[in-house]
Amino acid sequence: MNIEITFETITFAIFGVLTLAGGIGVVTTRNLIHAALYLIVSLFGVAGIFILLAAPFLAAIQVLVYIGAIAILIIFGVMLTRGMTHLPERFNRQGGLAAVVVIGGFVVLLVGVILPVWGPNGAVAAEAQPIFMTTRDLGIALVDKEQFVLPFEVASVLLTAAMVGAIAIARDDESRD
Amino acid sequence: MVSLWVYLVLAAALFSIGAFGVLARRNAIAILMGVELMLNAVNINLVAFWRFVRPDGGSENMFGQVFTVFVFVVAAAEVAVGLAIIISVYRSKRSVIAEEVDLLKW
Repeated sequence: MNIEITFETITFAIFGVLTLAGGIGVVTTRNLIHAALYLIVSLFGVAGIFILLAAPFLAAIQVLVYIGAIAILIIFGVMLTRGMTHLPERFNRQGGLAAVVVIGGFVVLLVGVILPVWGPNGAVAAEAQPIFMTTRDLGIALVDKEQFVLPFEVASVLLTAAMVGAIAIARDDESRD
Repeated sequence: MVSLWVYLVLAAALFSIGAFGVLARRNAIAILMGVELMLNAVNINLVAFWRFVRPDGGSENMFGQVFTVFVFVVAAAEVAVGLAIIISVYRSKRSVIAEEVDLLKW
């Protein structure tokens, strides 16, 4: 297996390291505000991976929705539950067991599925397709009645229901005068 | 050219990290962050398969990207409701440690 050093591999390495290092920071940091900042680093790395995979619209949505909304929401959640950000013990009792299970699962996935099926000498040879598809095609697919307009509308209903539900759950009933 | 299996390995590693966060962290908000990492790993997989192996022998479709868009929507809804529940639990129990919230246990 020879690895060519091109701009693509260098970019992949940079964003891959950002993604994984951010993820490890999220699960191991004691201070939850720092964990949320690591989460932003990791999500930004995933946005770069989307760019490499020829999905620029998804990368923009990743930055807008994940970093701009979800990460900020999580930071608000951390700030609203003060006193819980520095727990003396980060992991619960089955932390060691969970680490073993997760590493075992990763190795099984790697050796059992990814390398035999999709690997360099794998059963299925996958070459990158030439790109004819743009953001315009994604927009058409989302509103075309032959394709995804019904799931699109269901997603809007889901967002509305989640918004109403979140307000109803988080509203403070006792402090109303 | 970065080939498909490298993306799959990256996604599998990110999924495992997120799964560890979900299984091992005590703080409920940290568990939610682990869920976000796992969803992102799935998104990488979906877009990578869209880029390299499309269904129907490489015909023009956007299925992978459309699925990723729906994962975005569901993730936004999930984190909003999840944080609302966590804040509500914090109000009544003064704690967001997952194992101390046992109101539904019997």
